Formats: sequence, C-alpha cells, structure tokens
Amino acid sequence: MTTVSDRTVGAFPEEVAPSKTTFLMDVMRATPGESRLEMCIQCGTCGGSCPSGMDMDHTPRQIFAMIRAGMKEETLKSNTPWFCVSCYYCTVRCPQEIHITDIMYSLKRMAIEADLFEEDKAAGFSQSFVGHVDNYGRSFELGLATRHYLRHQPLGLMGKAGFGLGMYRQGRLDLTPQKIDNIDQLKAIMKKANELEKAVT
Amino acid sequence: MERSARPYLDSTMAIREELGVEFEEVQDWNCCGATEYWSVSRLPAYALVGRNLALASQQIDGTNTLVAGCSACYLNLSKTDSYMRKDEQLKSSVNEALAAGGLSYDPGSLQVRHLLDIVVNDVGLDAIAEKVVKPLTGLRVAPYYGCMVVRPDLDNHYSDHEYPQEMDELLKVLGAEVVDYPLKTHCCGGHMTQISEKTAYEIIRRLLYAAEQYKADVIVTLCPMCQMNLDAFQGDVNRMFKTDFHLPVLYFTQMIGLALGHNAKELGIGKEFIDSTGALAKIGVEVPVPEKKRSRHRRDDPSLPMPKPLEKPKPQGEEEV
Repeated sequence: MTTVSDRTVGAFPEEVAPSKTTFLMDVMRATPGESRLEMCIQCGTCGGSCPSGMDMDHTPRQIFAMIRAGMKEETLKSNTPWFCVSCYYCTVRCPQEIHITDIMYSLKRMAIEADLFEEDKAAGFSQSFVGHVDNYGRSFELGLATRHYLRHQPLGLMGKAGFGLGMYRQGRLDLTPQKIDNIDQLKAIMKKANELEKAVT
Repeated sequence: MERSARPYLDSTMAIREELGVEFEEVQDWNCCGATEYWSVSRLPAYALVGRNLALASQQIDGTNTLVAGCSACYLNLSKTDSYMRKDEQLKSSVNEALAAGGLSYDPGSLQVRHLLDIVVNDVGLDAIAEKVVKPLTGLRVAPYYGCMVVRPDLDNHYSDHEYPQEMDELLKVLGAEVVDYPLKTHCCGGHMTQISEKTAYEIIRRLLYAAEQYKADVIVTLCPMCQMNLDAFQGDVNRMFKTDFHLPVLYFTQMIGLALGHNAKELGIGKEFIDSTGALAKIGVEVPVPEKKRSRHRRDDPSLPMPKPLEKPKPQGEEEV
C-alpha cells in the first residue's frame, strides 16, 4: 500500500472519529473492500467509457472530483449513480484500479439514506424491487412494473401493455407473485443484517 | 429462468444429456438482488446472496460447483463469495446475519461459475464438436457476451475483459460463421429501459446497429436480461430512431441445441419478439410460429357472398388494348 499522506489507504476511516470524517472518507467507508478512491488522477477514462455517461448530470470523473472537494449535497443529488448500469467498463479500465462501480452503489445508498436523491424514478424502482424481494424472496415483474408506472408514468403503462401481453402469451410473465417456502428464514436473516448495518453506519 | 427466460431453461435442459452435464437446482433459492438491492442496502444485499450460497453448500453433493445461467445472478454470487474471502469483517457480518436463519457459508468452499464457462471448459469444445450433426453452416452470428460475465471477473475465468473468445470459439465449433462483433461486451443497459428510455434505447440501438453493419443474421447471447433488452425492445428502438432492425436474438444453448439436431420447438425457439424464422431458414430450421388470427376484413376471401362483376366475352380477333 502506498502512503499518499498521513492517511494510509484502509487505515484512516477506522482511525478517524465519526464526527471528524470528510465526505470522501464516508464514501470510502461505505464501499466494501479497498475502493482506492483517493488515487484518482482525473484522467477521464471512466467518463469516456460510460455507456450512459451522456445522460448523467456529472460524469464519474466529475463526481470523484466533487467527492474529494467535499461537495456532499451536490453529489448525492446528482443522477449520476442512478444512471450507472453496472457494466464495470470504468472499473476494468481505470489506470488506478479504483472500484468505481462499487462506489456508485455506495452513492446510491448514501443518497437514499440522506434522502437527497432527486432521481425519483430510479430510486423508486429499486425500492419497489427490494420491497418484493423482502416479502416474497423473489422479484415480481408485473407488480414492479405496475407500481413503477403508476407512480411515475401512468400514461406510459398503456404503451407497455403490448409488451406485457406479449410476455404473458409466451408464458414468460407471472400474474401473481411467487413466494419461497422458507420466507421466514429469509426475513430473519435480513432483519439481523439490517440491525448489523445500522450498528456500523 | 422458469418464467421470463423460459426458452433459456428449456434449451439448457434439452441439451444437458448430450453434453453430459447434471444439474441439481438449489431448493428454495431466493432472488439475488440484481442491481436493485445493492442500491438500497449494503450488508443486507450480501446476506441475501449469502443465503443462496449457504443453501447451495448445504445441499450440494459430490461437487462444489455452483452454476448460474443469468449474468447478474452469477456476478452477485461471485462478488459475494469473493469479497467474503477478502474481507474478514464482511465475512463475519454476513455469517452473523445468516446465523439468524440457521445458516452459514464458508467463502471459497463453492466455485461459482456461469453456464458458458461450464459448457466451454468442463464439457469442452472437442466433445461438443463430436456431437454436432447439423452444423450451422452459412449462418452469420454475432456473439454477444454482455458486461457482467467478463467484468469484473474477480476470479479470472475469462480470456479478456473486453474481447473474450469463449463463445466465439463455441459458435465456430458449431459450424456458424462468427462475426467479429466489436460491441460483444458492451452493456445492454440492464434496467435502464424502466428508468430512462432515451438512454436505454440508445445503448440498445448501438448494439443492433453494429450487428447489422457486420451483417449478422442472429445475435447470440448468454444473459436473460440482454436477450430481453435486445429482443423485446427492438420494436421500441425502431420506433424511436426510425430504424428498421430485424435481428433475432437467441441463447447460446439454443444454438448448441440446433447444431446437435434438436428441433426448434423443444429449444424454446419461436417465443421471441423478433421473429427468427427468416434467419433460421438459412440453415434449414423451421420455427414454430403461432398461427396468426385471420382478419375479418379480407376482400379476397371467396367465402363472402359478394357477386363478382360479369365478364364481357371478348370478341374474336380483336387485340387487347
């Protein structure tokens, strides 16, 4: 591990008191493993590789500059992490081996936690999805699509009816949710996981 | 795979005996969380996947390979196993959560792999070549891997992050003409179709455009999400960009099945949104297409009681004007 300053990679988030952490440290701590975010040299490879970069408020490169400048509100309000498609192009191309995609997930979580996100459609979609998985152990496409469209694009639902019908005719769509047998086991595990998560953050 | 990617399951089950692969489904598996769960929670997302890993390691007998056909499931299982191995803190937290459900998982005890990997490496291309009875000669295919299988590839299963050759080699062995598809690992957009159609359809358009430019007859994929995005939304892409793509998207297992002599129906072909009849006719495969309903307003329907106008008898010797 190279020492860039006093704060060595992986060492400072734990050593610094919670009240004294910078936004950069918070993001790094929220990301599993070693994110290497402080190694960014602003080369722009990530922004250039991103398939959805053209529709992001800020490219990944800009977001990292913002994080390092401590611009918490602007970063968490940005639609950038929500437009990340998790293709990992940036991660494998980054010359500094920064775990960019993992950082994007962290930003999504932090944006929900701080309730600063403005990209309602994406956040809402994820939350609906999670709601189904928590209750049934499986995803439920019909419920997800209906909820999502009714909330964000009611008229769009008509346009999707053809698609839905096509899927149903091919036997590719469930009309009712499927539930796993041992849903109680899953719920117990998730309850514990949520408790542990709260204890850390 | 039981529902939205049914053809993938059907074709895999159809070819498994010939390939000599035995599958045992993990009982009572839960959703892997796709990309959504990780956007909302951290540890719970790992625990969600952890349950699958724990159940698999409990139920597994005589092997330690866990196979996933879907790229997102594969990535989530692989990522969880890998990070639990590298991060002690994560390993103990996940196991603490799993313990609440009476489960635990020892990271590294399972080998998480994608179906393509099993077919190419475990079954082997030579073994498959021997079994080919109807080579796909004359069919131009564009191998489309999508993003999650080859990236981040934490355990180095594939030849390259952006330019892998596994599926290319497989399709060559099946006798098809493999196109050098430049966007073979470009993302299909995942769930972006539900978030921002503009972004998602542009991503899909690029993939279709490249395949068309390279004169591919069929795009061959290995992920249900990719298949859906490129196939089910092709019509929408055509509408938005005023293009006229007509590229059928099939699974690699369906292609293997065809080369091994199975008929289209048992491989789930014919269930796509974009009709593959034309493309597959090139290799002499008939696709079972559901009978279209007859329109009620057919003017040339002889059963309608409409009198035909009387024909004037032509006088002899006169020329037709």
